[in-house]
Amino acid sequence: MTPEELLYTQTHEWVRVETDSAGAKIATVGITAFALELLTDLVHVELPEVGREVSAGEPFAEIESVKAVSDLYSPVDGEVVEVNAALADMLRTLADDPYEAGWFVKIKITDDSALTELLDHAAYRKQCEEEEGG
Amino acid sequence: MENSSDASLRTPLYDWHVGHGGRKVEFAGWVMPQQYTSIIEEHRATRAAVGIADISHMGRLRFEGPGAAVFLAELLTRRVADMAEGQIRYSLVTNDQGSILDDVLVGHYNNDYGQPYYVVVVNACNRAKIVGWIAAHLPRRRAERSGHEVICTDVTRLWAMLAVQGPRSVELLQPLVDADLRTMEYYWGSQVRILHPAAQRQGGIISRTGYTGEDGFELSVGAGIARAVWEALMELGKPLGVVPTGIGARDTLRLEAGMPLYGYELSEQVDPFQAGLEFACHLVGYDFPGRDALVELEKRPPRATLVGLELAGRRVARRGCPVLADSRPIGEVTSGTFSPSLDKPIAMAYVAPQFAEPATEVQIDIRGRTEGARVVKLPFYHRKKKGKKK
Repeated sequence: MTPEELLYTQTHEWVRVETDSAGAKIATVGITAFALELLTDLVHVELPEVGREVSAGEPFAEIESVKAVSDLYSPVDGEVVEVNAALADMLRTLADDPYEAGWFVKIKITDDSALTELLDHAAYRKQCEEEEGG
Repeated sequence: MENSSDASLRTPLYDWHVGHGGRKVEFAGWVMPQQYTSIIEEHRATRAAVGIADISHMGRLRFEGPGAAVFLAELLTRRVADMAEGQIRYSLVTNDQGSILDDVLVGHYNNDYGQPYYVVVVNACNRAKIVGWIAAHLPRRRAERSGHEVICTDVTRLWAMLAVQGPRSVELLQPLVDADLRTMEYYWGSQVRILHPAAQRQGGIISRTGYTGEDGFELSVGAGIARAVWEALMELGKPLGVVPTGIGARDTLRLEAGMPLYGYELSEQVDPFQAGLEFACHLVGYDFPGRDALVELEKRPPRATLVGLELAGRRVARRGCPVLADSRPIGEVTSGTFSPSLDKPIAMAYVAPQFAEPATEVQIDIRGRTEGARVVKLPFYHRKKKGKKK
């Protein structure tokens, strides 16, 4: 899936929604290239436990750079079913592949109403341009 | 990212920074480059080779006249009157209560006519406050006292200041100045000629000082030639691996070196003994504001002590995080970052004195979750010394 086909939050998470073999909707979540470009110097990610219940808008992970710590916010209601254990070892190169290898968590969606709040690529790009300009 | 307002001051190198990818950040009323590439890369280049930083935001106050030495001796916590030409000292400015108004460097130089003058380098965030403090202590009747005249000039905007820091700083700077930098000692400086056509035969001041824990120099040149000198350093430094470094790396470097930063470790709520700066206070001799208070404070046990902390995990403790022992608050983090040299989070904190011994185990509350940490002796980082410097 290309960045154009993903959904986005206003807080710079990207979301890919797929249906698994059992028919459950799974949201894969990561952070966008735009956000990584602003952060630089990542030194740590603090991922949630598998099985944790999250709700849309709730902080569920930390990304630590030399300068500051940032929260990741869940785009949906659901349960964390998988976390990317390889992430810790690829922080230096995360910006090279944020949308595939750089995923953070997979969330089994329990309520997909929050999906309608997400931005498409064009709307997200517009938001980034406004942030850069401001 | 913070955005700079139009009212922010710009250094003479502003256009160069913007043209070379410097990310703008507001710092003490100035718009400064946060970083050009990555803070970690700029930090490592300074430790391994040489980094240059624009520190023209630092306030520079020049004192001259026959009364200058005594005036400064009666203003600063450190002895000044006995300083030799070329000597530099770290000092504090304290108020009548002995609280820290600023930490400064004072240097003694002679001008081209052999007359002594002093340069006091103050923090950018405190420049207006210190200028006001000086004005209050230098009424006209004192400034114009016959035979003891004192003239104080704020030369911050007239002079750019460049930090050239790292093990290859002598190699980089030596061809540019007419002083022998190899034999210049730490905390000494000199007026120099700048040996580069771009300098238009102007001079400057160079000192073996810095804020990185690395060997290095600070070079002051006229604002008009600052960009040309900076570009000459970038060009000459190419084979040495020079990189421009921003405020971000300046902070990680000084933290590793255990150096306090005003507004973080130092403030008007802190006295020199808590901050471990008793070496900068000469309590006999000249009377200065706060001396009597410091004599009293020295007799009492400190309320808190500044310590270094190394964290066990990877989460970074930052300013304001509570420090705990057995779940009880015993102090607060003043600065924290991820140390590129140690590859782990480090912090400085004020803690109750009974917890200040190295190897004491404590916890830090980072955003509601505690992490283990251990008290360590400052600095966190010691540079490798190449042979003996003398």
